[in-house]
Amino acid sequence: MEEEKKRTVFVTVGTTCFDALVKAVDSHQVKEELRRKGYTHLVIQMGRGSHIPSKFSGEDGSLAVDYFTFSPSIADYLRSASLIISHAGSGSIFETLRLGKPLIVVVNEDLMDNHQSELAEELADRKHLFYGSPRTLHDTIRAMSLESLLPYQPGNALPVAKLMNRFLGFPSG
Amino acid sequence: MGEQIGNFCYILPAIVAILMVRVTYVFYWVGKPLQFSKYERVRTLIILGSGGHTAEMLSIVNVLQKDWFTPRFYVAAATDNMSLQKAQVLEEALVPQDETNSNKKLEVAKFMQIYRSREVGQSYITSIWTTLIAVMHALWLTIKIRPQVIICNGPGTCIPLCIAAFVFKIAGLRWSSIFYVESIARVRKLSLSGLLLYKLHMADQFYVQWPKLQRKYPRAQYVGCLM
Repeated sequence: MEEEKKRTVFVTVGTTCFDALVKAVDSHQVKEELRRKGYTHLVIQMGRGSHIPSKFSGEDGSLAVDYFTFSPSIADYLRSASLIISHAGSGSIFETLRLGKPLIVVVNEDLMDNHQSELAEELADRKHLFYGSPRTLHDTIRAMSLESLLPYQPGNALPVAKLMNRFLGFPSG
Repeated sequence: MGEQIGNFCYILPAIVAILMVRVTYVFYWVGKPLQFSKYERVRTLIILGSGGHTAEMLSIVNVLQKDWFTPRFYVAAATDNMSLQKAQVLEEALVPQDETNSNKKLEVAKFMQIYRSREVGQSYITSIWTTLIAVMHALWLTIKIRPQVIICNGPGTCIPLCIAAFVFKIAGLRWSSIFYVESIARVRKLSLSGLLLYKLHMADQFYVQWPKLQRKYPRAQYVGCLM
């Protein structure tokens, strides 16, 4: 019975250092918005960052908070989460979309060559995810409606293989 | 002495002229389809770029007709220890269960590392020097691999190998076809590696995963999303 009520938010920064995101999800504002949306647990994969979030058991009705630095596979965390808040790396974006989980991508504005926002913006335009910055994360959570998201149809490499075969003169079937 | 200089005056322009004719000839044939028969095999160099690049590349390798694209040589940056491991897992899954002969597996797939030409965040000035070292290493790998097909998708790791392959084409030592697939993360602008290969006409086939990019770079072909 306990399990049914458990709604976990999983935050991942990948192999990067993204303190701004960890600080944002650790803020009172964001935790309050998440609690208001019905989430009960917050698990943060904080990577190489130096900001240590404060742990809470959540017994007093507030959000339970836990964190860790790295895990060889975050797949289990993604699977058991009800909402994922991720950095803009294509790996975790597509891993999450393929699981059909609601996703908020937060772009690291401190990166010099910030081409990663291109992908997040495009997928947000196509309504596959929500997209924001550390400063506006609480607004994104408040404004998001999960019903507006469209499922992502995973792509495949067959067109590439076909074109390669055709170019080389192999039967392209 | 004067005679030697005189000879030199003839020889140098001749060499330059021959080289220019050869380079023009190579550029003329880049991008022209080949005619392998279905009974032939092509030595395939697969460049793994780490992280998301590797994931996209392995999704391509997954659907390639393995009987044609064989043997397969996987190359990853020396600083990247995950990519070759992932490729190895994919190759091991291809070996039929009842066949415990590991020698056969080793024949069709080989795994190698290459010096990285540019680390993330390295300045463009120092990366000229490191690229030079990487090109020397790439030439050595190209001698060993003698690829007929090169599949790459960035980042910088693939540039020295593509340059080496191009030197081999001009020297007439080995003809190879370069297939470049721009990363799914590039929606509006090409990556530096992609832009180089596109502008220098070094890729025989140039694939992009978003329609916006295809409109901007008309020689590219749109292939949809890999992931």
